[in-house]
Amino acid sequence: MDTKLPPYATTGERLWFYGFRVICGLIFFFLMAPIVVVIPLSFNAENFFTFTPGMLAFDPEAYSLRHYRDFLTNPDWQQALRNSMTIAPVATLLSVSLGTLAAIGLSQSHVPFKGAIMAVLISPMIVPLIISAAGMYFFYSRVGLQGTYWGVVLAHAALGIPFVIITVTATLVGFDRSLTRAAASLGANPVTTFFRVQMPLILPGVISGGLFAFITSFDEVVVVIFVGSAQQQTLPWQMFTGLREQISPTILAVATILVVVSIGLLTVVEMLRRRSERLRGMSPG
Amino acid sequence: MSDATAGNLSQAAAEARRDDAAQTGPMLAADGRPLKQSLNRALRAQKLRALALIAPLLIFLLVTFVAPILDMLFRSVENQIVSETLPRTVIALEDWDAEDLPSEDIYAALAYDLHAAVERRIHTRLGSRLNYEETGLSSIFRRSGRGIDDVGEGYADQFIDLDPAWEEPATWIGLMADPDWIAEQAAWAATETEAREPVFQLAPGIADLLPETADAYRSFALALQAEARNPDSPTTEEPWNTVFLALYRDLSAGAEVGAVEGPEFARAEVVRLQEAAAAVASFTPVDLRATFADIDEGWAEMPIWTTIQTFSDPYTAGYFLAAVDLQLTPSGIEVVEENQRIYMLLFQRTMVLSLTIMGLCVILGYPIAYLLSNLPLRTSNMLLILVLLPFWTSLLVRTSAWKVLLQQEGVINDLLVWIGLVADDARLAMINNQVGTVVAMTHILLPFMILPLYSVMKTIPPSYMRAAKSLGATNWTAFRRVYFPQSVPGIGAGCILVFILSIGYYITPEIVGGRTGIFISNRIAFHISDSLNWGLAAALGSILLALVLVLYWLYDRIVGIDNVKLG
Repeated sequence: MDTKLPPYATTGERLWFYGFRVICGLIFFFLMAPIVVVIPLSFNAENFFTFTPGMLAFDPEAYSLRHYRDFLTNPDWQQALRNSMTIAPVATLLSVSLGTLAAIGLSQSHVPFKGAIMAVLISPMIVPLIISAAGMYFFYSRVGLQGTYWGVVLAHAALGIPFVIITVTATLVGFDRSLTRAAASLGANPVTTFFRVQMPLILPGVISGGLFAFITSFDEVVVVIFVGSAQQQTLPWQMFTGLREQISPTILAVATILVVVSIGLLTVVEMLRRRSERLRGMSPG
Repeated sequence: MSDATAGNLSQAAAEARRDDAAQTGPMLAADGRPLKQSLNRALRAQKLRALALIAPLLIFLLVTFVAPILDMLFRSVENQIVSETLPRTVIALEDWDAEDLPSEDIYAALAYDLHAAVERRIHTRLGSRLNYEETGLSSIFRRSGRGIDDVGEGYADQFIDLDPAWEEPATWIGLMADPDWIAEQAAWAATETEAREPVFQLAPGIADLLPETADAYRSFALALQAEARNPDSPTTEEPWNTVFLALYRDLSAGAEVGAVEGPEFARAEVVRLQEAAAAVASFTPVDLRATFADIDEGWAEMPIWTTIQTFSDPYTAGYFLAAVDLQLTPSGIEVVEENQRIYMLLFQRTMVLSLTIMGLCVILGYPIAYLLSNLPLRTSNMLLILVLLPFWTSLLVRTSAWKVLLQQEGVINDLLVWIGLVADDARLAMINNQVGTVVAMTHILLPFMILPLYSVMKTIPPSYMRAAKSLGATNWTAFRRVYFPQSVPGIGAGCILVFILSIGYYITPEIVGGRTGIFISNRIAFHISDSLNWGLAAALGSILLALVLVLYWLYDRIVGIDNVKLG
């Protein structure tokens, strides 16, 4: 499709041109509206899940921060936030460090059984979460990890690995091997070469892989429900219980905060992606 | 270059070739090794280095992820609980014809097994396991736990009436225990130690003389010692009534206690045993079947026995059969009753809903991907953010948003009532049913369709469409014959991705699906955390996993896992 209608376009073509844009607009609306709607509702002064007449009349009385206050003062939510913030970073660290090493290994020119290894490494992303959760619940109860902090961290690290592998291998595709050879010829040992030459160049990929791993753990709810116990109740778990049992608009306040967090993460990832594409001359933007 | 030098050069080259030919050995590297060998060595080192870098992660994933999956597969066929809890009964039932109620021998075996199981408090676990196969068995086992002491009580009384010494633990120890163990035990009792009592040992020869009694007494002694909180010693406890039952059965079967001479047995015990052997003929026999029927009628009926026999193997296909609405009965594999067929329906619904969601994603995703790939890069990057933001937003946030929007008092219904499309008392039911699941999941999975489609469409050169039009094709023909076929790989990739993700979904159907909009995953979760039928959960999970792996393999064949892109 061209961006502008040619002057000789027929009525039918004009209709289609604008009609298509309207259809796309509606689909974009479908994509964004649910997320946007949550934001004003979270400032509801009432304990309702819908717009009150006062809110529609933009009556300042109808808006309040009480649900945010509830989130910040309720010990359950605070504990959940703390749990999320102690589980996700450690899981991310594990998957990023192991995943980056493995991605470097996978990008070598001769890797035996590369297909099979790749299939295993990607599998946590493909296997349905409920199956991973069931298996981990059974297995971790056998070895005494079920219901422990480390059980949840290990499970989340496993789930985050495919994202690290995918993003870091994608960055390594454009990595110029002669740079490491140059470093070696100038007398650097492999460790120095890795940290001074290779790492800075693939860092954007590593960081965005890490962000993916972080968001995987931070958003994850199925596995933590089964592998964790009440002491590991995370933010999504608390939201899930809230949605199933006692519906409170505090969930919408938390949802709004999470939307803001994801906007932040998305911005960082996009900036990293564009930077690395620009550095490699793959994209003019 | 003159002709002469050229001639010299070619002559030199020819000489070099002759030299090479004259050299019989292979080509050598600088260090004097054959070149081929040295290259191979370098290649091997490179491979090893690559593997060494991958190994930590691979081991990590094998332990934290692959082992759990294998464990689940194992659990879906594992059935050791029956043969572990009722070992003697399972062996005794091997030759049972399943036509009449079992013989007294089998009831005796059951009595020994059940008493040991009750003392170890594992009989209810077996009850709930067998209850999956035949409803009502769980309560039989629970009731038997309370009534097991009645079994053999008649014999215990008669033995004690005959000689009160049978009530004394010491009598039994003298008869049953290994003299070495008695010495060890005495030494242990003399020291005030934290260590556990030495594990009970049967006297040599006693198992040949009184096989059932030795077996029953041993399980009694071991059960006492194995008590977790406060272990007891067989030296201080009167044996269970089932031990007396065993003694009666051994003696009336004609155990040759007269032949006992020799140092292993204390004289007094042997005499007592001989007296008892002479007396058992005059004992009032107790009907075991009647005793068990008194505890629970179910023991005098066929179902419990056929069920135990059918599920006595350590491995079973029972869970898998149950997962596809079949059941293993003594007469073979049968379809379960009509009103209990839920799993095939659930699999079918999971498939149909996932296909619907996939179809909707194609319909909604295709125009967006088309638009994005044909706009100038700057605009399309801006619009792409509208796709990526939902992709990055927490799943729970999106699901709760749909709960807010779709419920009866929710935003959409309010809007429809306000416009006047829907009467206030006839608000649409859009949540807790299939509509809720399909709408919410289409929204959640749409980015997974748009992104692969977009990455394929970006590579289709716009000049092809122009060429088609310049050759006389209408817009529609050009799209249908030129553009669309080139975008099919993207559709394929997106469809498989969305379908794989969709059939395993749990959270969203759980929250917005109600009773009719749930998937097979919700049933798996139910069996893990509520009904505790882990075997069935594992079997359902294995079937789902097999399905996903087939699709994954297809995806790998069509797209290649290396080509998965994020964002």
